[in-house]
Amino acid sequence: MTTMPATPLLQVQGLRTVFETRAGRVFAVDGVDVTVNPGECLGVVGESGSGKSVTFSSVMGLVRPPGRIDSGSIHFEGRDLRALSPQDMRKIRGRDIAMTMQDALTALNPALTVGEQILEVLYAHDETLPHGRMARRKAARAKAVEMLELVGIASAGDRLKYYPHEFSGGMRQRIMIAIALACRPKLLIADEPTTALDVTIQAQVLELIADIRVRLGMSVVLITHDLGVVSEYCDRVMVMYAGQVVEEGPTASVIQKPQHPYTRGLLQSIPRLSLRGQKIKPIEGQVPDLIDLPPQCRFYSRCSERLDACMNRIDMRELGDLRRARCIRLPEVKA
Amino acid sequence: MQLGKLVERLLQLVPVLLGVSTIVFLMMALTPGDPVEIMIGDQPITPAEELTLRQDLGLDKPIGERFVVFLENAVTGDFGMSLFHRRPVFDVIVERLPATIELSLVALIIALVTSIPLGVMAAIKKNTIIDRFATIGSLLGVSLPGFWFGILLLMLFAVQLRLLPVSGRIGFDSEVAPITHFLLVDTLLRGRLDAFWDALSHILLPAITLGLPMTAILTRVTRTSMLEVLRQDYVAFAEAKGLSRRRILFRHALKNALIPTVSVAALETGSLLGGNMIVETVFGWPGLGRLVVESIFVRNYPLVQAAVLFYAVTYVLVNFVADLLYTLLNPRVKL
Amino acid sequence: MTVADDAAAPAMAADQGKSLFKRNLENFAENRLALASAVLVLIFVLMAIFAPWIAPHDPNETDLFRRLQPPGWMPGGEWSYLLGCDGLGRDILSRIIYGSRISIFIGTAVILVATTIGIVAGLAAGYLRGWVDIAISRLVDILLGFPYLIFAIGLMAMMGPGLFNIILALAYKEWVIPCRVVRGETLAVRELEYVEAARAIGASRFHIMLREIMPNILSPVIVVSTIRMADVIILEASLSFLGLGVQPPTASWGSMVADGRAFILEAWWVSTFPGLAILLLVLVINVASQGLRDAFDPRFNE
Repeated sequence: MTTMPATPLLQVQGLRTVFETRAGRVFAVDGVDVTVNPGECLGVVGESGSGKSVTFSSVMGLVRPPGRIDSGSIHFEGRDLRALSPQDMRKIRGRDIAMTMQDALTALNPALTVGEQILEVLYAHDETLPHGRMARRKAARAKAVEMLELVGIASAGDRLKYYPHEFSGGMRQRIMIAIALACRPKLLIADEPTTALDVTIQAQVLELIADIRVRLGMSVVLITHDLGVVSEYCDRVMVMYAGQVVEEGPTASVIQKPQHPYTRGLLQSIPRLSLRGQKIKPIEGQVPDLIDLPPQCRFYSRCSERLDACMNRIDMRELGDLRRARCIRLPEVKA
Repeated sequence: MQLGKLVERLLQLVPVLLGVSTIVFLMMALTPGDPVEIMIGDQPITPAEELTLRQDLGLDKPIGERFVVFLENAVTGDFGMSLFHRRPVFDVIVERLPATIELSLVALIIALVTSIPLGVMAAIKKNTIIDRFATIGSLLGVSLPGFWFGILLLMLFAVQLRLLPVSGRIGFDSEVAPITHFLLVDTLLRGRLDAFWDALSHILLPAITLGLPMTAILTRVTRTSMLEVLRQDYVAFAEAKGLSRRRILFRHALKNALIPTVSVAALETGSLLGGNMIVETVFGWPGLGRLVVESIFVRNYPLVQAAVLFYAVTYVLVNFVADLLYTLLNPRVKL
Repeated sequence: MTVADDAAAPAMAADQGKSLFKRNLENFAENRLALASAVLVLIFVLMAIFAPWIAPHDPNETDLFRRLQPPGWMPGGEWSYLLGCDGLGRDILSRIIYGSRISIFIGTAVILVATTIGIVAGLAAGYLRGWVDIAISRLVDILLGFPYLIFAIGLMAMMGPGLFNIILALAYKEWVIPCRVVRGETLAVRELEYVEAARAIGASRFHIMLREIMPNILSPVIVVSTIRMADVIILEASLSFLGLGVQPPTASWGSMVADGRAFILEAWWVSTFPGLAILLLVLVINVASQGLRDAFDPRFNE
């Protein structure tokens, strides 16, 4: 797929989110552009601290002090999200854009039943529910059961009154997905949906998301540090490092021919059966301190191909075929 | 709730109660000085009368036997005669109980009604004026000596402003025939609004004084707990679902945040018992606490012993209920 | 919020290499409020020690002409009797200064006795386990079954008033608090490697408890004990207020407040100033000890 669809579902430009800490100002997201098209799955890859989660928390308007959005524009379905009032933003959250979190055990309230946690989303957003108290409750309950069944939880009707800690890890993650999808959002942001799970359950959850995506015609942003997951489920991928996007493009293309040294390093450090007997090549060095970074390539200290010219501010370069990367060594293609 | 487990926990109380009774008994039996001689003082009394007195008090028997007798009496509620009152000790204590219980309950209510909203607001509006006020208030609340605070209140409201009465439980004209022996309830039941206000004005200052330390502690606990809860993932997830702030606060946050508050409140209720001796003395409140203090000075030891035992048993039972309450509130903790 | 923490981490790494204790003390020093309070506590202590030199008058000297004399700034008052005089014409300021001796001495004595007993009992219970632990834990549970004041009052009623008796009565219940802390810490520490190592060398149980475990559990115990000091002082004052504390003519802040009760209509200063002294001392102890607790909180040191 190399054609650009007409209007992107989500368009983020120049996003900068800053945290004021005791030690200084940290730009967790520093000039990030994101585009999500209808019906596609975007993978966002990066290690801890790369800003991948904060980017999408900013989109959802969930950044709290000491953090705040410093600059940039966020458009969803053409609407400027930053200009919305808190009430209007609340309507979008959960209804049009939904989010799941990494650890379902802490994301679900231990003091409320699973049923209540699904129902409240419906009560908050679903306008198709009937008005009378009893009828409303009945209808909502029916939808909740439907959602749980959709994510593959058996005897859903009974399970509604259970508490989160009474489910297994994989089922909790599914419940979280059920809650997120209850109002049929147009965009699902799944933040590390598989990190806390066993390998076998991981596959089940990912298949579930992929399946629902097709059924509902939904867009998905899959935030992960696992390139393997991305390569299997995502149409496009975006690689982030130290608060910036360093590479993006169609998945197959990026994985076969990575352009940025960091992306290359990531791919090389994946243990693979085919390379049995050879040493794993990790990327040496550490993520730089994000406080008061100088304007230069952030990967500089760990890059095996660095030049003096890398000490300047590096912008994203168009590489053709919908690919972009932030490296001075790459040839610019003015499309 | 598993009944078997409940019974098991109740049975575990028995050794503690036994131990408590032992200590109370030992306190009396082992302290230096002959209680009979102290009771007689300088009164002229014949050896024969002294012997009778000794026998009456059972002090002529060996200590082991005395202990058994003590236990038997404790269980049946027979604590002997209070020579001072010329009535059974038990009756005297029971007569004074309602006043103390009513005072403690009102103090508890005042503490809860004040500390919970204050603590919650301090957490929500962290580092603002309300927060500072709550923090300083808490500090003062635990640092103020109760007896002094009570006197200060008296000087201000009763003496200077003449708003509230100086002592006692109720004015002469407002006496009503007792039903529950709780004046606030009885005056209402008897339809005497004037008497109700009178009773209320009498109980106000002592209840505030008694409840102050608890208010201070509970405010702090609520604030800390609320802050902790607001940082939790499930609150962030609830926000991501687009729920209203109100719903998040009351449904998600409070339910969890109040668990420590209720726990601590239940535990501290026992301490209210310790405090009411001071408060009842300062305000001339006709309750058990003041009775104990008076009895000490007139060397009415049987009564003191019975009262201490009563307080201790109540304390153990209150703590037990507090534990139960905690398991009820926190679905993850079983009996 | 991990982003913010990650960002601050390099700054923390800089002062590794100092002992934990020193770093905690530095944390404490950074908390200016707590530091100021600690200084004030010191001033109180100095006031207590140097009372005879500081007090303007003899605290026990009665002067019926000066009965209920108002404080210096009010009409009828004298500046040399700054806070006025009580019902027997004694200078309130001097009595307050001397009264600090009682409060501080009793507070310190009770805490010292209770902490000592608590450490011994807690170490024994936590390290030796078995029936020693069961016995001590039962005792702790039972003692915890009494509301604090009741127990102390009961004991005082039996033993009679007096300095020694108060210290005993309060320490009787106070020791369970450090005991529980020590027991908990000991349980946590006893499985650590350096204790294993000592055992492997063949060190006696006594040696292990004293030289290996105890130094490492002292910090939390000290913090808890300083926090408790404030409560103990209020308890002593309460006992004195009820007449069960030190006996006249010795000046104790609690009994001074009690004396002033009779005069709340005409001489508010007799009760107010001693109580204010209690409040101030307890307040600064609370602030300082909470600062201490925050400084020693392991979360601060990563």
